[in-house]
Amino acid sequence: MTRRFIILAAFAVLLFTLNIFVGGVAIPADKVLAILRGVAEPGPESFIVLQSRLPQALTAIFAGAALTVSGLMLQTAFRNPLAGPSILGITSGGSLGVAFVILLLGGSVSAGGWAVGGYLAVLAGAFLGCVGVMALLLLFSVWLKNDLMLLITGIMVGYLTSSVITLLNSLSTAEGIQGYTMWGMGSFNSVGMDRIPLFATVTGAGIVISLLMAKPLNVILLGDNYARNLGISMQRVRNLLLVATGILTSVVTAFCGPVGFIGLAVPHIVRMIFRTSDHRVIIPGCILTGAAVGLLCNLLCVVPADTVLPLNGVTPLIGVPVILYVIFKERLRRR
Amino acid sequence: MELEAIKIKDLTTGYNDSHGRKEVTRSLSATLQVGEMVALLGPNGAGKSTMMRTLAGFQHPLSGSVEVMGRSIVGYSPRELSRMVSVVLTEKPMLEDMDVETLVALGRAPYTGFFGRLSAHDREVVDRSIALVGIDNLKGRMVPSLSDGERQKVMIAKALAQETAIILLDEPTAFLDFPSKVEIMQLLHRLAHEAQKLIFISTHDLEIALQVSDRVWLIDKKLGVTPGAHAELAASGALERYFGRPGISFDPATGFFKINDGTHSV
Repeated sequence: MTRRFIILAAFAVLLFTLNIFVGGVAIPADKVLAILRGVAEPGPESFIVLQSRLPQALTAIFAGAALTVSGLMLQTAFRNPLAGPSILGITSGGSLGVAFVILLLGGSVSAGGWAVGGYLAVLAGAFLGCVGVMALLLLFSVWLKNDLMLLITGIMVGYLTSSVITLLNSLSTAEGIQGYTMWGMGSFNSVGMDRIPLFATVTGAGIVISLLMAKPLNVILLGDNYARNLGISMQRVRNLLLVATGILTSVVTAFCGPVGFIGLAVPHIVRMIFRTSDHRVIIPGCILTGAAVGLLCNLLCVVPADTVLPLNGVTPLIGVPVILYVIFKERLRRR
Repeated sequence: MELEAIKIKDLTTGYNDSHGRKEVTRSLSATLQVGEMVALLGPNGAGKSTMMRTLAGFQHPLSGSVEVMGRSIVGYSPRELSRMVSVVLTEKPMLEDMDVETLVALGRAPYTGFFGRLSAHDREVVDRSIALVGIDNLKGRMVPSLSDGERQKVMIAKALAQETAIILLDEPTAFLDFPSKVEIMQLLHRLAHEAQKLIFISTHDLEIALQVSDRVWLIDKKLGVTPGAHAELAASGALERYFGRPGISFDPATGFFKINDGTHSV
């Protein structure tokens, strides 16, 4: 098991290095090294490495880890392998919150350039939206014993929010719409170096909460009644889950847009690697793998020579095959 | 010495929902001892599950009291109760990627610390529980690969690892084939006596339960709950009253039921 962690960590380090050395603008490797050591003269190349590639790579690490851990907790809490922040409509809730802020209140979203009040408003909007949908789903899950119905409810919530967002769009200014559309494509490049400490602290806090919940998460795998009989307070677990997934999903959604598929698919990759359901192993596994997948997606976005691909154009390429594998594996077992 | 594990006084079970108060079973007084196996017998909808849920502390009594090991059940914290009462339920949790030993070890949750790390003692208890149920050969198997009968034994081992004086089992034989039903019932009887537990099960499997358990509680919507030993209930005519139907009659000579369909001479 330790070996698997080491291989994963090595993989993540490799991808991080590639993210720093490879990008739309070709910069020779020795030049990048000089910039990193601080011996190169300031200039556009130094700016690209230190103010664009480095914060992007760091954002990819924290956002990837945050979304993956959030997806894992949702899959455990709803006892559904197809649960995830985007498919359950939690990301859409965040989008709705952000749409209110950007489209109606007019907070402008350009790469890393929000005024302090502006991005706090965006963050608060995303958090309220995420937590609101999550609370709604937890409430519904009491009545909807059927997992499929719950998933469909989540998807419907997603549609509802996008309809509201469409209406908001028609009330907004051209700038607002453009800002919101850019945000909606998803990207790891909108967190400037000066915002990285905040982004890292908040996602870190959410991840720490999830690590502290390893034992109750293991027990609730057995179902609510067994968990209660084993002395777990379901109410407290639910509340903590609400806060942790709310923080993780909303901060990433606010900064990077509604990123799909990472939260849904990566926990399955982690389970395939470790072949265990023990959250004391799976959560650290999700942090490392999520970071690596975040870095990989970011790399794929910046590799094309002349343009930067939107993040949400890349994540399904990794996510969809994994999800199809999970579904077909289950089908095959049932026969 | 007999030790009262559960003492019920004037218990009425049921729910309070939006339509008001719904009573399921009324004013029952009875006791259950450590070291016996008792079966709750009755048709679907008679209130078996509600009784089980009430004794497990999942729902409050509508009136009356339930004492667990000499203390009112409502006074226990969840963690305290988890060391007194363990359950085996009908629900079948989705446990991908979990092996049998890990599942049984979850039964130690009431005793382990913040991160759930198992001590040497916890591992010992887990091993002992697995041995007691006789599933050493299943230890490394993944849970989804188990048959229903094997799975049930694993859940019983989980309950043993919880080290509670009381084990409640809701329909533990429901989805099993006949030999597995008998095997599980005999296992439970052995555990009650050897491991000194109160084993309280709900079941439809009338004939097996009558033969294997020490006592039974008969439960019916109209007749309520009647506790007693097999012979007593046979002699008093209670068994006939609870289960007699046109075509089914109770035979006091054998203590069991006969099916009269007219084609067989009896």
